[in-house]
Amino acid sequence: MSAGEATLPATPVRAAALRIGLVGSPNSGKTTLFNALTGLRAKVGNYPGVTVERREGQARVAEQRVIVVDLPGTYSLDPVSPDEEVVSRVLAGELAERPDALVMVADATSLERSLLVLGQVLRRSLPTCLVLTMTDELHARGGKLDVPHLERALGIPVRSVVGHRGIGMGAVRELLADPARWERPPIPPPESAADRAGWVDSILASVFESRPQRHALTDAIDRVVLHPLAGSLLFALVMVSFFQLIFAWATPAMDAIDAGVGASAGAIRAALPAGLLADFLADGVIAGVGAVVIFLPQIVLLFALLYLLEDVGYMARAAFVVDRLMGRVGLEGRAFVSLLSSYACAVPGIMATRTIPSPRNRLITILVSPLMTCSARLPVYALLIGAFVPASSVWGPLGLQGLVLLGLYLLGTLAALVVAALLKRTVLRGESLPFYMELPSYRWPPLKLVASQVWGSASAFLRRAGSIILAVSMLLWVLLSFPRVEPQAGMDRQQQARFALEHSLAGRAGQALEPVIAPLGFDWKIGVGLLASLAAREVIVATLAQIYAAADEDTSLRAAVRADVDPRSGKKVFSPATVASLLVFFVFALQCMSTLAIMRRETGTWRWPAFAFGYLLALAYTASFVTYRVVGSLGGGV
Amino acid sequence: MDFNSDENGAPRGSHETTLADLPPGSVAVVVSVDASEPIGRRLLDLGFVPRTEVRVVRRAPLGDPLEYELRSTRLCLRRTEAARIRVLPR
Repeated sequence: MSAGEATLPATPVRAAALRIGLVGSPNSGKTTLFNALTGLRAKVGNYPGVTVERREGQARVAEQRVIVVDLPGTYSLDPVSPDEEVVSRVLAGELAERPDALVMVADATSLERSLLVLGQVLRRSLPTCLVLTMTDELHARGGKLDVPHLERALGIPVRSVVGHRGIGMGAVRELLADPARWERPPIPPPESAADRAGWVDSILASVFESRPQRHALTDAIDRVVLHPLAGSLLFALVMVSFFQLIFAWATPAMDAIDAGVGASAGAIRAALPAGLLADFLADGVIAGVGAVVIFLPQIVLLFALLYLLEDVGYMARAAFVVDRLMGRVGLEGRAFVSLLSSYACAVPGIMATRTIPSPRNRLITILVSPLMTCSARLPVYALLIGAFVPASSVWGPLGLQGLVLLGLYLLGTLAALVVAALLKRTVLRGESLPFYMELPSYRWPPLKLVASQVWGSASAFLRRAGSIILAVSMLLWVLLSFPRVEPQAGMDRQQQARFALEHSLAGRAGQALEPVIAPLGFDWKIGVGLLASLAAREVIVATLAQIYAAADEDTSLRAAVRADVDPRSGKKVFSPATVASLLVFFVFALQCMSTLAIMRRETGTWRWPAFAFGYLLALAYTASFVTYRVVGSLGGGV
Repeated sequence: MDFNSDENGAPRGSHETTLADLPPGSVAVVVSVDASEPIGRRLLDLGFVPRTEVRVVRRAPLGDPLEYELRSTRLCLRRTEAARIRVLPR
């Protein structure tokens, strides 16, 4: 297929194109089959009104244009989750164009489970065929299936494939070209679950020449991985390395991107005459693009590890191990991974909530993830702790600065758990989904599959959240740069910058904000920093550097904030009470437009990001106010 | 269909218990599922239908959830869900 054809839109559909839906349970190999059929050229979107991902692609079938629709994985057509509701409604033709035919994808090593769903699918009276995946594994485990016999017993065409190696794909493509000629079952399978199970049993009794052995490797691995002691230790080890890898491996790439953004801004300034255009391109556009791209290393790494662990089969085990803990606050095991990812960054953490089937639990996880201390808070913590907390030792190598940092992490985590429990009992109260989870056999996933999943997540982030982040960055640049003021004579470059900032819209807003934030111990300069940090938390450091006209953020900015005296009161601006209050403010407040943008994308409405922003601001304000008073009354006010 | 009827030879109701109360390693046969709510219907759709053999594989390290094996798949359920499934131990 030529490149030209590859760029054809999958929708709208030409009259002649056939629409074929892929149905199957999670872990059935549906995505691998989809990729094998469509050659990775999926068009990803959302179904109207819901946040369930919609994936379509064109299949290469001779003479016939076929659009393959990858429906969400489901264990039943009697829906309990939004994903499953989509499958049910698409099959009824309510949500999108009704498919002309269905391909039921079934893992040959656990055929019983898939046939239970197939029994429901066959009642929808659409032409249906069955594609058996993982047949290589079935053979390896000594299983032998009489496929022609299965075809006769079910009354529909059956093909077997090894999707990621392309074995059997020719026969599937041939079949897809003409669903009108598919055989249909003479009578539909029984309706009740019990009778359907009887129907499955009667079919399976005759189609296996030999049943597959138990997957001995999975049994052996699980004896260790799910062992009460070894399993818990392994879980802790995997999670710590997971977190550490995202931190450690992403940092060089993020530094490189940062340097690249700085270099491009410098190049633009060198190429253009100094003035508004150069400022806009360098500080507005390039910085905005940088604010988007800077997330990519973490997103790519997180999803690569996440999908790898998921496809290997470990993620379900991890959720099994930790479910009890998460259950205490009304969440479930699968929320743990997402919250853990949010320690690195809430953006990938929120994207990772897609594995949580219950919409209520997913929303709660999304709403509390900004409370997990993300890496963007570190520069702020580093500045304030470095400047104001003495580097004295408390106990051995354990220093006071480290303890304060640990305390901030714990405060955020504790708040996330408490808020989750509260939301579960108030705003998002209601019947929860049953917790059930399949523990799939361990298998090594085709790396092409992992790569395609990672690419799908990264490109979705760039398209959906990227545009919002870019727009807000440019808006913030305008607020920090206008109105333009003439610098006064005798000012050096840094004094000019400070003067311009003081008279900008943001600077004036900071001054207007002062009465509101004064009870927290903040002056207008911190106010400007807080406004700028709405873009991203770490921006406050650069903004304070600009305000204090500091050349070097690490040393002289620390000295400058330490020395700053309020001209009205003659007291230090950064008293211990103010520093504590500001630290606590950063633990709670949602100052990150990227998080808001990704919340908007994942929940499909601005209501939830607005709610999260509001409750976290209220929490931050209250906690800072209390902190300021308490530390002040303990003698930390000066 | 009366799922409480005895088809396994044991006196009706005498040893009947719920799946949540079985220790790891035991094997039982499903007698009935409380299908009054969507949760119960889903358990049926997952294959917990009467006369299905279920093996209790293990408890999670913290005691809950539990892993079961039925119909050539491993599934885990929380205790509260497993308590909806009435079984007759083998």
